[in-house]
Amino acid sequence: MSQATFSHSSFNSQLKKYYSFYTLGFIGFLVALAIAEQLGMSREWIGYWFLFATIGLYAGIGIMSRTAEVAEYYVAGRRVPAFFNGMATGADWMSAASFIGMAGTLFLSGFDGLAFVMGWTGGYCLVALFLAPYLRKFGQFTIPDFLGARYGGNIIRTIGIISAIVCSFVYVVAQIYGVGLITSRFTGLEFGIGVFVGLAGILVCSMLGGMKAVTWTQVAQYIILIIAYLTPVVWLGVKHTGIPVPQFAYGQTLQKLAEVEKKIFSDPREADVRKYFKDRADAATAAEKDLTKAHRDRRAALEKEVADLRAANAPAARIDPLQKLLTEYPTDPEKWKAGVSKDKALAARAVPPRPHAEPYVGKDEKARDTARLNFIGIVFCMMFGTAALPHILMRYYTTPSVQQARQSVFWSLFFIFLLYFTAPCLAVLAKYDVYTNLVGSSFASLPAWAAAWAKVDPTLLNISDINGDGIVQLAEIVIGGDLIVLATPEIAGLPYVVSGLVAAGGLAAALSTADGLLLTIANALSHDLYYKMIDPTASTKKRVTISKALLVVVAIVAAYVTSLKPGDILFLVGAAFSLAASAFFPPLVLGVFWKRATKWGAIIGMSVGLAVCMYYMARTYPFFTNMGVPKMDLWFGLNPISAGMFGLPAGLITIIIVSLLTPEPDKETQELVEHVRYPHLRGDIVTEAT
Amino acid sequence: MELTARHHEYWRKNLVITAVLLAIWFVATFVEAWYARELNNYTFLGFPLGFYMSAQGSLIIYVVIIWVYAKYMSKLDKEYNVDEGDLE
Repeated sequence: MSQATFSHSSFNSQLKKYYSFYTLGFIGFLVALAIAEQLGMSREWIGYWFLFATIGLYAGIGIMSRTAEVAEYYVAGRRVPAFFNGMATGADWMSAASFIGMAGTLFLSGFDGLAFVMGWTGGYCLVALFLAPYLRKFGQFTIPDFLGARYGGNIIRTIGIISAIVCSFVYVVAQIYGVGLITSRFTGLEFGIGVFVGLAGILVCSMLGGMKAVTWTQVAQYIILIIAYLTPVVWLGVKHTGIPVPQFAYGQTLQKLAEVEKKIFSDPREADVRKYFKDRADAATAAEKDLTKAHRDRRAALEKEVADLRAANAPAARIDPLQKLLTEYPTDPEKWKAGVSKDKALAARAVPPRPHAEPYVGKDEKARDTARLNFIGIVFCMMFGTAALPHILMRYYTTPSVQQARQSVFWSLFFIFLLYFTAPCLAVLAKYDVYTNLVGSSFASLPAWAAAWAKVDPTLLNISDINGDGIVQLAEIVIGGDLIVLATPEIAGLPYVVSGLVAAGGLAAALSTADGLLLTIANALSHDLYYKMIDPTASTKKRVTISKALLVVVAIVAAYVTSLKPGDILFLVGAAFSLAASAFFPPLVLGVFWKRATKWGAIIGMSVGLAVCMYYMARTYPFFTNMGVPKMDLWFGLNPISAGMFGLPAGLITIIIVSLLTPEPDKETQELVEHVRYPHLRGDIVTEAT
Repeated sequence: MELTARHHEYWRKNLVITAVLLAIWFVATFVEAWYARELNNYTFLGFPLGFYMSAQGSLIIYVVIIWVYAKYMSKLDKEYNVDEGDLE
């Protein structure tokens, strides 16, 4: 590489120029579409324009950045300036769950949802203080590279490869799912086709240019996603607070919301609706005790009712629906069981709503303390998971220097912060809107956005007049978390082009994260497994070619797994964090800060950390216990998503104990540790790979 | 490669700033979350304080922690002559 003639400062100013033009161009594109909408362009076409223009753009950047050079393919040639690496990390970091799901989670769970906001930002303090500068000084290509060099041997590298693949794969499935969801919702394409279109976009980009292409695409994606997130919030903020930076002013709205909440929560009609759900759930619970008897009794009751009505010569309009129920009544109690469990689930709707700003709601002191512990558990796992996920740590290999790596963590968190401190604001503004404009409106004249969404997708918004008073009660509304971000433009009364922009933003968030994850998996296989362990003499051309081929294979496998629609996305994401925290954090940090940490300490410690984490999830998470894993009680009431709370300390303690029982690492290893601790030493060893 | 006393001093200073910033991070995160209910009795900028901290205050502290660390370490690198020189 022509490092000598390469000028970092002129490269940096060139990038600034390019991306400024790009941002202006994108805004121009938005304005053009907005005008086209006014001139009568259909919503479907606006959706297509956004989908194909943005994916085409990402592919274009991918093609322009194509490369066959190893250092460019794996670490973008190590010339990404701190500022731009910060943007790329922001896009890499913020997934479909952050973009679309976060505000909804906050809307639904109030204060307790803030655990994710804190966890997904505070983790960067750990990245900055413990990892980024040291990994940059070490300067190879992957996280298993560091483990292999620091602890020696292929065993630790193998455990590193397996851990990297497990947590990245779990996470990438969640992203591809998001891609499918967004494309299908906004263009009317089928879910499977949506997945495929998105996948093509991911592949063109990452396959041709590896990390280099992914980096420059991610910068472009960050710009789109942040514009998309902020535009509707600013608008809604002006509407409610009169200030274009509602993030600082929504305290007033929160106070007004608290007053509205008081009024709604004490409304007797709300209590009526909740009681209706409680009664149905209770009846279902009672029926479950003796299904056969309940099945028989219910049938007898129906028969009697019909007979009574007939005897009383009731009009057909009253008899027919009941007669229909009777005719369709399942003869097999087992089939009838599904309806019973559905009714039982209504118990969730019987729970009184919680005040938005109140932490740790529970029925008694003990329940509140458990809620607090779970809040802290999530914060803990998300933070340490952030500081251990390979696709994020890898990004700090790409800066030109240690100093820039440190600055780059600052820019990363700054760009992430812009979205994460907006999400709680959006949740409050949207909630205030729903509580004042939707609740209390009459079913005959619902707000336009509510009527539209309830018709399009009942899983996102479902309103039914339970008590028949013609007025919407809060308890009669079911909101899916994703609705908040998707419907905000309409709640704020913005033109459809902004809805399209939000979809494009969500797509950018999902694609950029998927890019980074797929690259991590493919690199673990091609670089760590193939090159470092199987064929260390492979030519650079062969290494890059194999990596590209593997990327396609991994992407297809991930898309296949996604098409099976496996379970709960939020749990998948949480699991990835807990696993990463348990496996990677202790050996990486001790590797830098404790010279005495030994090979066997790391091997056994990583395995124990992973094992404890997986054991806890397997024994407590319903998905596994339903498959036949014997169920056990939660430890301290801590939910399975926070399994890292046990895995990480277990791994850390094991490394310390085993290290002290095994002989001190050799001089070479100690020199490596000293080497990574200083950005520059005279007569230093060289570990940087080119 | 022999490390001098100055090198060790550099590393010690690095450990001190890391520990100090980590302590701030710990208070802003876990102590804050533990006492969120109590903090909510106070109001800040119109927000209940516990809510404000978790939604915004602690986040701002995180950003500042990382900024301070990068600034401080750049200075320390130069002072102890372990900086990477001019990459421009």
